[in-house]
Amino acid sequence: MVENDRFGSLLAHLILILGVAAVVFPVYVAVIASTHAPGTFLQGVMPLLPGSHAIENYRTVIFEGRAQAGAPPIGLMLWNSFVMAMMVAVGKIAISLLSAFAIVYFRFRFRIFFFWVIFLTLMLPVEVRIVPTYAVVANLGLLNSYAGLSIPLIASATATFLFRQFFMTVPEEMLEAARVDGAGPMKFFKDILLPLSITNIAAMFVIMFIYGWNQYLWPLLVTNDERYYTVVMGIQRMVTGADSEPLWHLVMATVVLAALPPILVILFMQRLFVKGLVETEK
Amino acid sequence: MQTKRMTFSSRWLPYALLAPQVLITLVFFIWPASQALWQSMLRQDPFGLRTTFVWFRNFERLFDNPLYLASMKTTAIFSVATTLLAMSLSLLFAVMVNRMLRSREWYTTFLVWPYAVAPAIAGVLWWFMFNTSVGIVPYMLQGFGYDWNHRLDGTDAMILVVLAAAWKQISYNFLFFLAGLQSIPQSLIEAAAIDGASRTKRFWTIVFPLLSPTTFFLMVVNVVYAMFDTFGVIHATTEGGPAQATNILVYNVFRDGFVNGNLGASAAQSVVLMGIVVVLTVVQFRWIERRVNY
Repeated sequence: MVENDRFGSLLAHLILILGVAAVVFPVYVAVIASTHAPGTFLQGVMPLLPGSHAIENYRTVIFEGRAQAGAPPIGLMLWNSFVMAMMVAVGKIAISLLSAFAIVYFRFRFRIFFFWVIFLTLMLPVEVRIVPTYAVVANLGLLNSYAGLSIPLIASATATFLFRQFFMTVPEEMLEAARVDGAGPMKFFKDILLPLSITNIAAMFVIMFIYGWNQYLWPLLVTNDERYYTVVMGIQRMVTGADSEPLWHLVMATVVLAALPPILVILFMQRLFVKGLVETEK
Repeated sequence: MQTKRMTFSSRWLPYALLAPQVLITLVFFIWPASQALWQSMLRQDPFGLRTTFVWFRNFERLFDNPLYLASMKTTAIFSVATTLLAMSLSLLFAVMVNRMLRSREWYTTFLVWPYAVAPAIAGVLWWFMFNTSVGIVPYMLQGFGYDWNHRLDGTDAMILVVLAAAWKQISYNFLFFLAGLQSIPQSLIEAAAIDGASRTKRFWTIVFPLLSPTTFFLMVVNVVYAMFDTFGVIHATTEGGPAQATNILVYNVFRDGFVNGNLGASAAQSVVLMGIVVVLTVVQFRWIERRVNY
C-alpha cells in the first residue's frame, strides 16, 4: 500500500460489500422462496425472511415431483446430472492426457495435422452446429442414454492444450532417467507423468465437472425420456411447462438443489478452481 | 511445434493414444460441421420429398430476411451490453479487492461462486426476482413509479436477460482482472505516487494501460460467452420474446432447426455463426502473439 488513506479504503469496503450483496441477492431470494408454503405467493410480493416449509418443500421436490404437471422427482435428475458431469470430466481428462502425451513425447507422421484437427474443436461450440450434431447422435442410436449425453461433449481442445503445456515443462531428465532404467512409454506415462500431473488433473476436473453439470442445450436435445433428464434442463420445464403461474416454492427448491453441487465444488476447491480457470486460458 | 528433445519411438502407439480424441472429434465435430456446410446449400420442399441444391440461395434469403437482421441487431446490443456491464463491474471489484490485505480472500470467495451457476439457472433466478406478480424488483420499482413488465415490454426483457447473463460472468472476469492487477510491478505504482500522482490518476495512466492485454482477452471471451453460452438464459426465461426482442442468433438457430424444422435456413445460420466464431478465435490468437512480443 503506497499511502494510508482511511476514507478511500472505507469506500472500497463499502463498494465491495454492496457488490457482494448484489451478487448474493438472487440466490438469497431463491433460498427464501424455497422455504415458504405455496399460499405465500398468492398474496402478492414475496417475503424476504425464511418461512417454515423448507423440509416439506425439499422432500416433495426430491422424492415426489409434481405429479399433476408431469414433472418427475428431482432425485433422479440430480443423479443423472452427476453421472453426466462425472463422465464428461473423467472422459475429457482421460482422452486429453493420452493425446497430449502422444503429441509431446512422440514424433510421428501427421502430428501437426492431428494437432490442428483437435484444435478446430476449440472453435466450434455445440450451440453453433446443433442440428447436424443431433442428427449424428440420433443415427448412432444414442438418444436418451448416458453415452449420448456425455460422449459428444468429451472432445475439447482445452484440456489437451493444458496438459500439453504442462508436459512441456516437465524436465527432460525425467524421461532420460526413465529410459536409462528401461521404462517403456506407457510405464513412463503411468509411473512418472501421471503422478506429476495430479494437481493439474484435479484443477481440470473442477472446471470440467462444472461444465458438465451446467450443460443445458445438449441434454434438452438428446433426451425426451424423463429417466434421462438432467436437473438444469428440468427446471426449464417446470417454469414454462405449465400454463398457470409456476409453483415458485418448488421451482426455487429445485433451483437451489441444482446450483448447490457445483457451488460447493468451487467453495471447497477454490484454489484448484482458480488454477484450472486461469491456466486453461493461457 | 516442438516435442521433447528426446522422444519415444513407436510405429503405432502415438496413433493409438490419439485415436479416442481424434475419433470423437471427427464424428461429433468435423462431420456435423461439414454437414452444416452442405445442408446450408440445400433446400427441401415443404413435404420433405425433394431436396435441391441451391448454392448460396439460403444465405441470400437469410440476409434478406428482416427477422434475421433484427436478430443480428439484438445479438449485437445484447453482447455489447452484457460485456460492458460484466467487465466494468468486475474491474471495479478487482481494483477494490486488490487494495485489501486481510479481507482479500474473503471477498474473493464471495465474488467467485456465481461461476458455478448454470446460465439457465441464472436466468431463472433473475426471472423470479423480476416476476411481475411475486417478484421483489417490480415491487420496488413500482415505488419509483415505474411499471416493470418484461412480458410485454421488449426493453425490460432485454435488461432482464443482460442482467442475468452479466451476473454470471462477473466472477470469471474478476479472477482474471485480479490476476492481471497482481502482475503489475508495485515499483511503477510507487514511483508514480512519489511523483505525486493521485490514486485515480495512477489507475488511468499506469494500471489501466498495463492491464490492457487482460482487458482485451476478456473482451473476446465475454463476447463469445454472450453470443453462444447464453442460450440457457434466453431459453429458460423469455424464449426470445416478447416480439423477438431477445431473440439472439443462437436461439434463432435452435428455433428454426428444431421448432420450425427449417433445416436449410438453420444450417445456413450455423455456418454464419461458425464464421463469427472463427473470426473471434483468430482475433484471440493474434492477441496471444502480440502479448508474447509485448
